[in-house]
This record gives sequence, C-alpha cells and structure tokens, in this order.
Amino acid sequence: MSTTAPAVTGSPATPPVSAPPRAGRAWHARRAAGLLACVGLVLVLAVLGIGIGAKSIAPGDVVHALLTRDPRSDDWIVVRTSRLPRSLFGIVIGASLGLAGALMQALTRNPLADPGLLGVNAGAAAAVAGSTALLDLDSFSAYVWAALLGAAVAAAAVYLLGTRGRSRATPVRLALAGTAVSAVLTAVVNGLILLDPLTLNRFRFWQIGTLAGQSGSVLVRLLPFLGAGALLAALLARPLNAIALGEDTARSLGAHPGRTQFATMAAITLLCGAATAAVGPIAFVGLAVPHLARLITGPDQRWLLPYSAVLAAALLLAADIVGRVVLANEELEAGVVTAFLGAPLFIALVRRKRIAQL
Amino acid sequence: MTSSTTPARPAAGPAARHRRLPIGALRLPGPGRTLSVRWDPRATAVGALLALAAAAVGVWTLTTGDFHVPVSDVLKVLAGEHVPGADYIVGELRLPRLLTALLVGAALGLSGALFQTIARNPLGSPDVIGFTVGSATGALVTILVLGAGAASVAVGSVIGCAVTSAAVWLLAWRGGAAGYRLILVGIGVSSLLTAANSYLIARASFNDAQSAQVWLTGSLNGRGWEHVWTMVATLAVLGPAAVLLGRPLRMLEMGEDTAAALGVPVRRVTSGALAVGVGLTALSTAVAGPVPFVALVAPQVVRRLTRATGPNLLASTVMGALLLSLSDIAAQRMLAPTQLPVGVLTGVVGGCYLVWVLARQWRSGQG
Repeated sequence: MSTTAPAVTGSPATPPVSAPPRAGRAWHARRAAGLLACVGLVLVLAVLGIGIGAKSIAPGDVVHALLTRDPRSDDWIVVRTSRLPRSLFGIVIGASLGLAGALMQALTRNPLADPGLLGVNAGAAAAVAGSTALLDLDSFSAYVWAALLGAAVAAAAVYLLGTRGRSRATPVRLALAGTAVSAVLTAVVNGLILLDPLTLNRFRFWQIGTLAGQSGSVLVRLLPFLGAGALLAALLARPLNAIALGEDTARSLGAHPGRTQFATMAAITLLCGAATAAVGPIAFVGLAVPHLARLITGPDQRWLLPYSAVLAAALLLAADIVGRVVLANEELEAGVVTAFLGAPLFIALVRRKRIAQL
Repeated sequence: MTSSTTPARPAAGPAARHRRLPIGALRLPGPGRTLSVRWDPRATAVGALLALAAAAVGVWTLTTGDFHVPVSDVLKVLAGEHVPGADYIVGELRLPRLLTALLVGAALGLSGALFQTIARNPLGSPDVIGFTVGSATGALVTILVLGAGAASVAVGSVIGCAVTSAAVWLLAWRGGAAGYRLILVGIGVSSLLTAANSYLIARASFNDAQSAQVWLTGSLNGRGWEHVWTMVATLAVLGPAAVLLGRPLRMLEMGEDTAAALGVPVRRVTSGALAVGVGLTALSTAVAGPVPFVALVAPQVVRRLTRATGPNLLASTVMGALLLSLSDIAAQRMLAPTQLPVGVLTGVVGGCYLVWVLARQWRSGQG
C-alpha cells in the first residue's frame, strides 16, 4: 500500500521484506524464482487434491491417470471426470479472486478491500437469485451475464458511495458502504428465495461457495471472461504503479487515472462476477492473498499481481483439500474454509493501529 | 457566522430547555443527592406522538385483513367478551402477532439505543456488529444440529449472542473498544458467522432449510401468546435495568474520562448496558429471528426528531415498536395474498436508509 519502501535486506537466504527503491537484476531473478516455486506448489497441491477424497489415489497413480488414457480404469474415470475439473476450477477461480483482490486493494488503496466485503459477491448473488427466481434460468451460461451485471452494479454503487465527498475512500468508509449495499441486496435475495422454494433449494447450495460437482464444460465457458479479466489486469500493472505515486504525479508521468480506474473496475467485475457465478461467493481469498504476496514482493504491481494469482490458487486448492479431510464423513465447502481462515486475518488487520485510527 | 454555519449548538441551549423535576421522596444516600428526571418537552411530545401512531397501526392491524372486524367488536374481544368469529381471529391470530411485533420492536429499539451509546457510534447497533447473526447461529445450531424444540431455541439464541458479543468485544479491545475498530471487527465476525449459517442451511433437509431460512430472514408469521409472554418477561426484567442505566449512560456520552471524573463507574455502566443489550437482542431474535435494521434505525430517527442529546432510551423503545409493527403489516399487505416475512421489508428499507445516512454524512465531510 505505502509507496515508501524501506530497504530492509536480510541475509541472502531470507528474501527482503519489501522492495528496495531500485530493483536490480538479481532482485528480479529472485522474484521470478519465487514465482516458479509458487507455481510448483500449486501443481503439488493440485495432484494432492486429485488424490484425496472418498477414493484415495496415490500421487503416482494420479500422474499416471493424467498422462495416459485408460477409460476402463476406475482411477482414470474418477480423476478425469470429477477430480481434475475440481482442481482446475480451484486453480482458475483462486487465481481470479487473488487478482481481483490485488486490483481492488490497488484501486481503492485500501488494505481491507475484498470482493466479499465490498458487495461484489452480494451483487452477483442477488442477480443470480433474481434470474433463477424471476426468469427461471438454471444454466451457468444463462446466469453468468446476470452475475456480471449484478457484480458491476454493486461494485459501482459501493465505490461511488465510499468516495462521496471531498476526502478519499478510507478503509472504514468502503467497508461500511459494502456492508450497507450488501445488506439491501441480501434482503432482496431473501425475499426472492422465500417466494419460490425451488430457488431456495438451488440457491442454498450455490450460496456457500464450493468447488465440488463442477463440470469441465462450465470451465470452458468461464475461461473467456476470466481470461479477459486477467489480460486486463496484466495491462494495468504499470498504470497502477504510476497511480500509487499519487494522481498528480501519475498524470505528469503520462498516466490516465480516470481511464485506469475504469479499466480496473471492469477487470474486477469480470474476474469476480464470472468466478462467483460459477462456484458461489468465496470470501476473504481476495483479501488475504495480496497481503501475503506484498510481504514477498513489495508494492510493485508487476510482481504483486502474478504472485497474488498463484498464491490464491494455492490457497483455494488447500482450502478445498482441508474441507475434504477435516470432517469424517462430510465435506466442508471451500467457501466455509476460507471464511474461517480469512476472518481472523481480517480482524488482525483491523486491530493494527494504523488502520484502526483511520 | 455563529448559528447558521456551526452545527454544534451553543452549550447552554438544550440544557435551558430541560426542566428538572426533583422527586423529594427518592432521596439517595449521600448529601444533597436527589433523583431528578430530565424533562424535555419536545422529546416528550415526540414520544407521545410515536405512541399514538403505534396505537393507530394497532387498530389498523386488528380490524383489517381478509376478514374485517369492526372496532367495536375488537374492543369487546379486548374486554374479554365473547364475539363469535372475532374471538379467534383477533384474540388468537392478530392480537398476539401485533403484541409480539410491538414488544420485539421495543426491545430492538432499546438495545439499539444502548449499543449505539456505548459504542459512541450510530453504526454500533447489534445488527451491524454481528450480534444478531451470532444469536441466529446459536438458534440454527439448536434447530438444525440438536433438533431441539421452541424453548431451547431461545437458550441457543442467548448463548450465541453472548458468545459473539464477548468475542467481538474482546477482539476489538485495545485499551478501549470504542469507535470504528469495534464496528470493523463486528463486520469481520459477522461474515464468518454468515458463512457458518449458510453451511448449516445447506446441510439441512429441504423442509428444515425452508423454515430455518424464513426464520433467518426475520418473521412474525404465526406468532402466538407464548411469544408475547417471552417478550413481556424480557422487557419486565431488562427494561427497568435500562432505565437505571440511562442517566450514567448520558454522562458517558461526554467521554469516558469526563464521566469517570464526574463519578460514573464507567466499567460497570458499560458492561451493564452491554449485558442488558445482549439480553434484549438475543431474546427478540429468539422470538422473531434476526430482524435487520430496526435496532439501527429507531434511535437514529428518534435523534433526528427529538434533536435531544443522550441515549433517548424511552423514545427509541417506542420508535422500535412503531417501526416493527408498521413494517409487519406492510409486509403482509404489500404482495397479498403472498405474505413476505417482515425482515425482507426492514432489510430493504433499513439498508437504503443506512446508505442514505452514510452518503449524507460523507458528503458533508464527516467520517
């Protein structure tokens, strides 16, 4: 968040806490190596996630099933039809939420920004409930557009409300604006699902946020939206770095703050709206991961964004695995696990003196 | 330059309007300490008008509906006479529901006034800082996990609310819990509990999920005399405690240090008000579900109407009763014959009100 970067460098074994003022070639090489290590972590978690479940499959057999084609083998069927899509969903959705969280924190310069807290999830949820209850839509491709629209409207409402007046949007303001807008939307959703029992039955499973039971075809239809969002995020790294120096400085460096802010909102909406439409609202991933990534990379968006994406994918995969092993006969959905992991982090952030005083 | 631009009124203004009525009979121990009641003509008038409005809503609720009952018959039923037809409709259906709405609304308004005073922030009301979600979690666990009956739902709700409030309070405590930290911690805790509630609902059977979801929205459908008596007992115990706390709470509004210098036992008053507020929130949630925003809105609207400083406990109580009974009758009639749970209406209207309050506050450059 802060643009002042103290050059705290530890021994060569431990990475520096934040970016030195001038990042040299060696620094970049270390970041790249770290990023590769994180990608490796994601792959390991994906293989583990494919192996763990009601039918345990050894990692070696998982790799074998992934690399060969053997429709007669039980392992192959389980891996290819259910476990592999699930892990791919974890990677794609996690990366999208991590990117969206990092973009949101950069845009609002707000350490508490998160799609769940800022009403984007509630907007998507209200639109999904509305389209299933009123229009009787039941397929992903039908309500992804509704979810995108709902997410965009809610995000814009929270942002406009939070930035009202002369002073900028403080963390407290945005959290409150998000709470207020979410409260209205939640009440609307409650009304809709109570008027129509069928909608309640669909909605209550969607509402907790789970990676279970997803099909590969939904993933294919999801990719254009998430790909466009991710591409936009990649293009935004430099302009967001410039804006972090302050809007006036950014302008004098040739950046366009207004255009950048609009594009960032569009990217956040694409990433969160499509992800939420597919797997339901998953809170706190977008909040937690950019903080973790910032400890490694410092404030440079060119590194922060890819690190956030990869680490968030790892976190969501891990949450999904934890949810499968923590209870004896049942599954705890990934959305519940991330809420239980993320809320303590949020509270720790709030308790830090700097934010509490804002 | 002085009066039009500065929002703060001159210090002598409100004090001069209040008459002090010394009550000689209630002489407290200690030299020269009498219990006196502040009497603000404007606040009294507002309170009386709100009570009248609530009575009008009551008459409307009892007489109209699918089956019209004339006022004379209603009065006869209230007096205990036997009127064929009206007996059941008024005495068993409409009256207990109306009384439940009035009493739950009163409890919510009162608890909102208490919480907002001790948090010294209008947003410190139990529905924003997660206490209602916590008592809902407690109740959901008793209904869906333990499969217990109506009486234990209240116990679960009270336990859930008490645990949540203790957790929020302790987590927000850093040499004092006042201000935005309390509210942000509350928002964090309530999003955690919301996830837990969604999980419980998804795990339940469809019928259980449906009734739990109705309850979770905040509803007064089918409330009977047992709910009325629960609320009467709640208010009979906790109402007088709140009245006793009113005076030291007013002094707390000047800041903890000033109040302590004036002899207010700050810790005891704060924890007492917290306990009373938790009890009111928990029992009204047990009876009607987590009805959103009444606790937030009632003290706020009262403050605008009376323009009085202080917790405005009595007027907030009456306002809560009026708001909930009015919302309930509106929710029943808006989409007739479909009956919306009252929480949908208070959620939408109260949420819009909160958005408006925030927008207004921030445009004028506060907060």
